[in-house]
Amino acid sequence: MRKLIEQPFTSNPQGKVGKSHPHESAIRQVSGQARYVDDMPEPGNLQYAAVGTSPEASGIINHIDLTEVWASPGVIDVITVDDVPGHVDIAPVFDGDPIFAQGRVLFNGQAMFAVLADSTHHARQAALKAKIDITPTTACLSVSEAKQQDNFVRPPHFMHQGDFASAFAQSECNAQGHLSIGGQEHMYLEGQVSMAINDEEDRVLVYTSSQHPSEVQKLIAEVLGCKLNKVVVDMRRMGGGFGGKETQAAQWACIAALLAKRNQCAVKLRLPRMQDMIATGKRHPFENSYQVGFNQDGLITAAAIDINGNCGHSPDLSDAIVDRAMFHCDNGYYLENVNVAGHRCRTNQVSHTAYRGFGGPQGMIMAEVMMDAIARKVGKDPLTVRKLNLYGENERNLTPYGMTVEHNLLGDLIDRLETSSDYWARRETITQFNKTSPIVKKGLALTPVKFGISFTAKHLNQAGALLHVYTDGSMQINHGGTEMGQGLHTKIGQIVANEFGISLHDVEVTATRTDKVPNTSPTAASSGTDLNGKAAQNACIIVKQRLAEFYAEQIGDNALSADDVVFSDNRVTLAEHSIDFVQLVQDAYIGRVSLSSTGFYKTPKIHYDRSTGNGRPFFYFAYGASVSEVAVDTLTGEYKVERVDILHDVGRSLNPAIDIGQIEGGFIQGMGWLTTEDLKWDNTGRLISNNPATYKIPAIGDTPEVFNVDLYPRDNDEDSIYHSKAVGEPPFMLANSVWCAIKDAISSLTDYKVDPPLPAPATPEAVLKCITALENGLFSDKVS
Amino acid sequence: MISFLLNDKAVHIDASQADTTLLNYLREERKLSGTKEGCASGDCGACTVVVAHPNKQGSALEYRALNSCVTFLSAIQGKQLLTVEHLAEGETLHPVQAAMVDAHGSQCGFCTPGFVMSMFALYQKDNAPNREQINVALGGNLCRCTGYRPIIDAALNACTGAPSDKFSRNQHITLEQLAELDNSDSGLPALLMPKNRRELSVAIKENPDARLFAGSTDLALEVTQQLKSLPKLISLTEVDELQDIEETEDGLKIGAAVPFSKMETLLLKHFPALHELIERFASTPIRNQATLGGNVANASPIGDMPPALLALNAIIHVDNGSTKREINISEFFTGYRQTLLKQGEWIAGIYIPFLSEAAQVRAYKVSKRQEDDISAVCAVFNLTLDDNNIVQRLNTGFGGVAATPASDDALSNILVGKDWTLAETFEAGKNVLCQTFSPIDDVRASAEYRQTLLVNLFKRFWLQTNQHSQQIETRVHTYA
Repeated sequence: MRKLIEQPFTSNPQGKVGKSHPHESAIRQVSGQARYVDDMPEPGNLQYAAVGTSPEASGIINHIDLTEVWASPGVIDVITVDDVPGHVDIAPVFDGDPIFAQGRVLFNGQAMFAVLADSTHHARQAALKAKIDITPTTACLSVSEAKQQDNFVRPPHFMHQGDFASAFAQSECNAQGHLSIGGQEHMYLEGQVSMAINDEEDRVLVYTSSQHPSEVQKLIAEVLGCKLNKVVVDMRRMGGGFGGKETQAAQWACIAALLAKRNQCAVKLRLPRMQDMIATGKRHPFENSYQVGFNQDGLITAAAIDINGNCGHSPDLSDAIVDRAMFHCDNGYYLENVNVAGHRCRTNQVSHTAYRGFGGPQGMIMAEVMMDAIARKVGKDPLTVRKLNLYGENERNLTPYGMTVEHNLLGDLIDRLETSSDYWARRETITQFNKTSPIVKKGLALTPVKFGISFTAKHLNQAGALLHVYTDGSMQINHGGTEMGQGLHTKIGQIVANEFGISLHDVEVTATRTDKVPNTSPTAASSGTDLNGKAAQNACIIVKQRLAEFYAEQIGDNALSADDVVFSDNRVTLAEHSIDFVQLVQDAYIGRVSLSSTGFYKTPKIHYDRSTGNGRPFFYFAYGASVSEVAVDTLTGEYKVERVDILHDVGRSLNPAIDIGQIEGGFIQGMGWLTTEDLKWDNTGRLISNNPATYKIPAIGDTPEVFNVDLYPRDNDEDSIYHSKAVGEPPFMLANSVWCAIKDAISSLTDYKVDPPLPAPATPEAVLKCITALENGLFSDKVS
Repeated sequence: MISFLLNDKAVHIDASQADTTLLNYLREERKLSGTKEGCASGDCGACTVVVAHPNKQGSALEYRALNSCVTFLSAIQGKQLLTVEHLAEGETLHPVQAAMVDAHGSQCGFCTPGFVMSMFALYQKDNAPNREQINVALGGNLCRCTGYRPIIDAALNACTGAPSDKFSRNQHITLEQLAELDNSDSGLPALLMPKNRRELSVAIKENPDARLFAGSTDLALEVTQQLKSLPKLISLTEVDELQDIEETEDGLKIGAAVPFSKMETLLLKHFPALHELIERFASTPIRNQATLGGNVANASPIGDMPPALLALNAIIHVDNGSTKREINISEFFTGYRQTLLKQGEWIAGIYIPFLSEAAQVRAYKVSKRQEDDISAVCAVFNLTLDDNNIVQRLNTGFGGVAATPASDDALSNILVGKDWTLAETFEAGKNVLCQTFSPIDDVRASAEYRQTLLVNLFKRFWLQTNQHSQQIETRVHTYA
């Protein structure tokens, strides 16, 4: 018999959930050892690709002359859509995303061909040399044009509750308005990158920075015209994703795989930053409007909300994104009589895509717009109006899509935050300050968040895991989720360590690979830990059960049940019997017990009928609220966020430090969306905010001086993994309070009589324009 | 030859393309992949490295963070180049690395090496940085994940106290290693590094097509963003005469190739009103490279310093190796990115006359973001009143409102002789200012916003300098 590995001396304490373990890669990250795709040792036969793109937003392709591209130094191969052996369309759900432009171009920046050369620089230089002959056609560049032309990527969707028309007609007061909501560039620090390695037997191995390796695998197989089992996709970590690598990573992986196969070599394709910003989708810009009826207290009696997403040229994920905007336009407020309409407008822009919140933010902000408008009309503090309209706990708790809001935490959560942030005293101070400060005005706002957790596409709510226990007691866990910085692997490691009662050091979470766990869902919708954590736990339970049964058998006492075996502190215990965990593993191996298992999970309870607009699309809601205080310079429109207080619900936290990191990071990213991040296209449809010099995400000085973040102490009432809650997206929308606080400051110019018509993002320019409009009396409608 | 220490090993480069960036050298030639490319334009800081060089006395090392993506190899001649891989000692992390781990300062980790290096430079420099100094040191590093709070905490925790790390312990060894480097024959065949004005003029004559550069923070963008090849370059950073800073009785003469970070203390001593403008000039790593000469020669209408130099009546000293001439800055800019410089000429230095005691200067910059952003509008005012508050003179400089940095002489003309305290004086100025410029729409701002800002910044200046208006708060406290 071969000798088993010597048992190591174990002194590391048991890894537990609920502890603030550092990110599993933290040490490698700070020392430059963490490898991203572009950092991997390069195969000897590696060549480099670049992409040539459309200079027009819309047009018919007459000819692509590639002569000079071929003649450029170092060029090995050049391909267009004609060189694709399999599927041309790489759309994720509904058709419309050709890998290279085919016959016509649909947006400025659309990939038209790819070059392979002996260096990245040569490939990129060559890609500039194509002579592209396009006959331009009229481009549709705005939501309003698309609506006028009935130009939609998908049919509209509607939700109703009660009777809006008659309730609105009977309402004591009413308000209506329109809001332009800007999109957002993901600005992941690591741009899109893939490396395809041509393998024997027609196989291809692809390293990619993607949130959805299984989809990349499928699309590569389709593009190459081979079976999925010929393609392996490996994804260790992304340098940020935020939704921008859910569908948008696939195209570059497919192109790399195509070139690798054609040229029988390894191929790396990394987009330069500017091309990355131009050629990949962003958060959808929206143009939304509302009508709201309410009584003199400010209680909503009727609401109609019209939601219009600028989807770009193709559906991509827009159906679900506009749906999610619709699902969240109530935020935490009960809308008894409501109509919600959602339109998916087609424009000649890059196809807009998933971005943290997935349409939720663009819907939710409408609820806050209505609250501000109502508050100014009835002359109450916006917080009073917000609290008045919250969903009830046992009544007034049905959403516009027929889901009952259970376990509503918002009332108590807001009460606590109101106190801890000293809201009312600060309101008084600010009101006084504004009376004596003619130029600088301060604003304050408290806004809540209620965010639905689950993919609204039901089938995506499943996950798999693969656990290996080795004979020294160490383990590898693999699961379908991807690590993009959110700490998923850290939490999964904690879950496995916690289940077995072993040290976190003995659990290795390995790169996401399609040959380990197949048919996975994207790591998206905040669901990474909920789904994969449960799947990993399931695998643990299966192996634990085998070990427990083996141990009970070894003890041989019929009075003892395997069900009572306890795994903790590196030991396994049954009644008065106890054994070192590693010893039991080795005994079990000798006893021919399988020490490996898959795990699986599917989310219970969820369903949604799109034909009726009714159902329970979400397993549960995550809640939070924030208070922001800002100072605005009315001469320039510049502002500063001076203090932020956040109370957020993550259920029972698996890792408080990681959860707080998600909350703070989500908040600042949301603040960027609503303040300085200003996407601009010129009147030909060309993106002109196309690099970090012209597109400004928050920098270190934008972090508020006072930034208090707390976790709301309550377990998830639903049976989620250890009763935690998803945390990836919900905090993003806490930033609504910054935008509302800027509006509050501007409103002070009218003695809080007018709700300022501020768009999003509230750039200094937009703020000044709004102030100028108010000063010129352009929006002087008073209480009706 | 270019000789330097790569971490603790001497390296000599005999030949390389002139336009190889430090980042590509590290990643592609040295396979040091800890330094990341985020944007290749000096806007995100993922590529930050630190360069150490002896102080003037040669007694200690000074550490400066650089954006390796917009830096050419000439910048490390005779210096020590430090990368993130070198900070730890075996298994023991450097204090700034450990602080980042402890504070949960990394999520996706892609920006992390850059933050670590900027923080490392701060660690070596400051004994107890406050929040504002941390913002300045790390303002050129973007993080999309954390919201910065844990990174700020890490910097506060790690950078307090005197440096105590392997670098401080080994400083004398590094100084010796640097002294042993051969500095006699610096430069490469394609990347010339003349040492004085004579050599420079010869280099230009022999290579009339070569591009001149100092900090390279703008020129490198032609390589990384426009994919141009720059086959021949002449670096100005070793030219002695361009490195001088002279404090005369009546003014300050700043050598054209002095990086901002080396002259800002002296500049602010005499012109404290420029504090915000200097601090918001790009980012610390860029200011460690970029020069006043480059900012002027570039002649960009949105450069930060030309408006200030216009308002301060600076004189540009121009040289061609045999003849020197002086040009008033108000005449220097002739069109969009065009100047009076002739072929073979370079800017030797910029002379800024000291202010009279009565002069009141304010410099304003408005941009979407405070840190590392380019002006929508920049406005600098330099006002002298007599004892009766009558305007004696007003000099102005504006950026972002015309094809070149520009003054408004009509504004000065109409206001001289008027009582500054009167509202009608403000109105008279406002009416002129409304007429002077025809700004354009672009990605940063609309023409309308720029026009409004011109007037409103003038209003801010009037309010801030008006004796009767001292109580009016006219500024959001960004640097509280």
